[in-house]
Amino acid sequence: MTAVKLYPPKPDKVYLFGTCLIDLLYPEAGMDAIRLLEREGIEVLFPQDQTCCGQPAYTSGYHHEARAVAAAQLDLFPGPWPIIVPSGSCGGMMRKHYPQLFAGSDLEEQASEVAGRIFELTEFLVHVCHLDLEDRGEPEKVVMHTSCSARREMGLADTGPTLLAALGQVELVEQARASECCGFGGTFAVRHPEVSAAMVEDKTRAIEATGARRFVTSDCGCMMNIGGRFEQQGKAVKGEHIASYLWRRTS
Amino acid sequence: MSARDAILKRLRERADGALSAPESDFAVVTGRGWSRDERLERFERWIGSVHGEVVHAAEEGWTDVLAKVLADKGVRRLALGKQHPVAVEARRALVNAEVELVDVDRDIEQWQREQFDDVDAGLTSTRGAIAETGSLWLWPTPDEPRLISLVPPLHIAVLDAGALEDTFFDVIEKHGWANGMPTNALLISGPSKTADIEQTLAYGVHGPRELVVIVRHADDVAESAARQ
Amino acid sequence: MSEQTAGVQTYTPREFHRQAHDALGNPQIRANFRKAMDGLMAKRLDSFDDWDLETLRELGANIRLRALARLPDLLEKLEANCEANGIKVHWAEDGEQACRIIRGICQDHGATSVIKGKSMVSEEMHLNAHLEAAGIEALESDLGEYLVQLNQQTPSHIIMPAIHLNTDEISEIMHDKTGTERTRDVDAMTAAARQQLRERFMGAGVGVSGVNFAVAETGTLCLVENEGNGRMTTTVPPVHVAVTGIEKVVEHLRDVPPLYSLLTRSATGQHVTTYFNMISSPRKEGEHDGPKEVHLVLVDSGRSSIYQDNELLDTLRCIRCGACMNHCPVYTRVGGHTYGTTYPGPIGSILSPHLMGLEETRDLPTASSLCGACGEVCPVKIPIPDLLVRLRRESVGEGRGNVAGAGIKRTRKEAAAWKGFQWLATHPAAWRAGTSVAGRLRALTPTRLGAWTQHRSAPRPAATTLHALVKQHQAGKTDKEER
Repeated sequence: MTAVKLYPPKPDKVYLFGTCLIDLLYPEAGMDAIRLLEREGIEVLFPQDQTCCGQPAYTSGYHHEARAVAAAQLDLFPGPWPIIVPSGSCGGMMRKHYPQLFAGSDLEEQASEVAGRIFELTEFLVHVCHLDLEDRGEPEKVVMHTSCSARREMGLADTGPTLLAALGQVELVEQARASECCGFGGTFAVRHPEVSAAMVEDKTRAIEATGARRFVTSDCGCMMNIGGRFEQQGKAVKGEHIASYLWRRTS
Repeated sequence: MSARDAILKRLRERADGALSAPESDFAVVTGRGWSRDERLERFERWIGSVHGEVVHAAEEGWTDVLAKVLADKGVRRLALGKQHPVAVEARRALVNAEVELVDVDRDIEQWQREQFDDVDAGLTSTRGAIAETGSLWLWPTPDEPRLISLVPPLHIAVLDAGALEDTFFDVIEKHGWANGMPTNALLISGPSKTADIEQTLAYGVHGPRELVVIVRHADDVAESAARQ
Repeated sequence: MSEQTAGVQTYTPREFHRQAHDALGNPQIRANFRKAMDGLMAKRLDSFDDWDLETLRELGANIRLRALARLPDLLEKLEANCEANGIKVHWAEDGEQACRIIRGICQDHGATSVIKGKSMVSEEMHLNAHLEAAGIEALESDLGEYLVQLNQQTPSHIIMPAIHLNTDEISEIMHDKTGTERTRDVDAMTAAARQQLRERFMGAGVGVSGVNFAVAETGTLCLVENEGNGRMTTTVPPVHVAVTGIEKVVEHLRDVPPLYSLLTRSATGQHVTTYFNMISSPRKEGEHDGPKEVHLVLVDSGRSSIYQDNELLDTLRCIRCGACMNHCPVYTRVGGHTYGTTYPGPIGSILSPHLMGLEETRDLPTASSLCGACGEVCPVKIPIPDLLVRLRRESVGEGRGNVAGAGIKRTRKEAAAWKGFQWLATHPAAWRAGTSVAGRLRALTPTRLGAWTQHRSAPRPAATTLHALVKQHQAGKTDKEER
């Protein structure tokens, strides 16, 4: 599914596409991504006119609407800098589906050019920044949940765990059926709530069974779903975006 | 318009236009380059993993091994051909044995019930085998019909070690299958099995419960004995 | 748990939600599927251990694409070569026509009893019911199919039809329907079924089987199986009828080994099945067994319509291994019957809308979280998630209208909501204002958001949006620099 990607040298500047979920619900994760990048000596450009990648409309079948929304994002990244997305889901949308969405249209070339500059945050930190992390946190057991989009659409099953493994005090434990979907799936959770609930229930149980009290993810959709399930049940397990987790432990 | 013509017309007048056919590179299913011993080792390992039993024999005297298999398995009635050298040699060797030899050069309609109920084992030759998957290949003939490797509870197959190929693809290509297929061509890899009851493996659901492969070696007896 | 019609459990895709609800509430079903799917996933992984899996998948996809690119020519070639070999070829526009052809063959031979090998196409066209209505008994001989038939059900998986049943349930079914002594011994149950079915093989007038690959080059029908019932079905009765979809043709004999290898490894994690049965003709002069007549029924049933569209075409690459369902987190939770279609799981959700129309199957394209597991394991690289999205487009009337029932799910309310989303997401100032208001009103956020909050707490907007935080952050930096 994923061709071998040649990674560029570390650039002076990057764009951040913050994603709508982070913008609205988890802005600190976006800020922590910026802090991590700035600490690497990279200037982070945040186009204020960014909104949403268009994925919710896209996966719901409303492609005219998705195309309009996506088109509005294409002009926001005029410089040659990499575009960092702290979400495998939105990153996958922009890297894989933008070229499809605009195939045969006037914007095809631009969409492909933008898609070629899309990097998911952990991918960029590992493969471009070659991030060195000095863990200042307490010893802790933690579970990584890699989103399906990061894992399969972007081929990034390893970058999140690689970063966590670099934290000296952190014991990374794997939940049973780690690669199985948490049941979010955007509008899937709304259209098939019972099936989605059965999936997130199994996911929370698998995470809990590891004995960890914290799970880390690179996608806020999964975090909202899994974390929301834990919270509703009054469980002590908390979720955190990987950007925040890395920043918190190393700053 | 006939259904045939209507279907073909729809396919030919495809709305999105004609399709171009890609070329195929078959390298991944050939060119294993295994030695004779590697082939044999693989064949035995794979067919063994699915309950096929392999016994080795020298080309001369392989029928002694057959006689022992028949005795061990308690076979009283053995179905076999008459013309293939395997059948000829087996018949000669078993002439004074206690095993009753059942002729198979009869139309099945005449002896179906007998074949289903009163035959303990079927003996067949094989055309060769596939190392990669542990599979025998058979082209049933009037002398060795289709059902004798299927209906009796035990199938004994005789394989010459030199007739092993690396892969199924190699068999098809080297033996020119595409130039003329027989009525029935078969790959057999172990005895009949099922996992339809809660994923639990059970053997002999419809076909043979046991498969014994007698591998004949052209080299001397001592060497083939050493293999065992 | 489902509609009972004359003792037969029936499921329909229209009732997906209700059937899913029932299945989710049935701990036995949940446990049976979870256990089976976990085992199948592990076995698949092991079986590809020593293989260059990606290269093999690439070749598999390529072979299927080539066959589809030349489909009409290959079908004609298949027909010509089969006929030259003595196999009679029939064509059917739909399942009903195919049923009539097969019934006709049975009646020509005065057959009142048909023994069947596994054939999903025959399930698709409800052949058994058709034959029974004509006074012809059709008995399934694949053990799983046999058990499901005894239990008056339909298969819940295309490879393992009885996977929804556990040992105790099967023991009970065999006891009730065949008088077999109750037992937990699988060997004993298997031996009992062997005995019961052997009698039926001998008595059957016609054997009906499916086809895994039909080879145009040689006029050969290939059947993949472990049990030997397929060989029995195609060898013991005097007449053999093979029935298959028109897409099952491949060009060359050498195309078969890679597809066969992909099929067995993807389906059950076997490096090979017990039998690979290749049939090229009826019994020839001088041969002593095998059917005296062999028929091949080629069924279209919507396939030529799928064929018209460049994107939907990929659906026809499928070699029916079932790996997509084995790896599907939705299928694993709700089981095969919930889908109410012959083909359940991801492949069913992209194929059934073409066979039954979107009106009937409207809930299937959305019954996926688009996690991508199906596409990842597909041995012929069908982009299943993309095709699910395509069918969602068709459902809401934003596709090409190439699927029956296109637009069935379009509601004014939902269309307006997405237009609203579009407007907001293309007006950045409004977006920023809106999200920031949401943050300021976070205390008022509803804590109940329908289905979401039945199982999860409601998400709350942050007090300050990322847009605003970044502005503050940048202002702070500028201050620092100026100072």
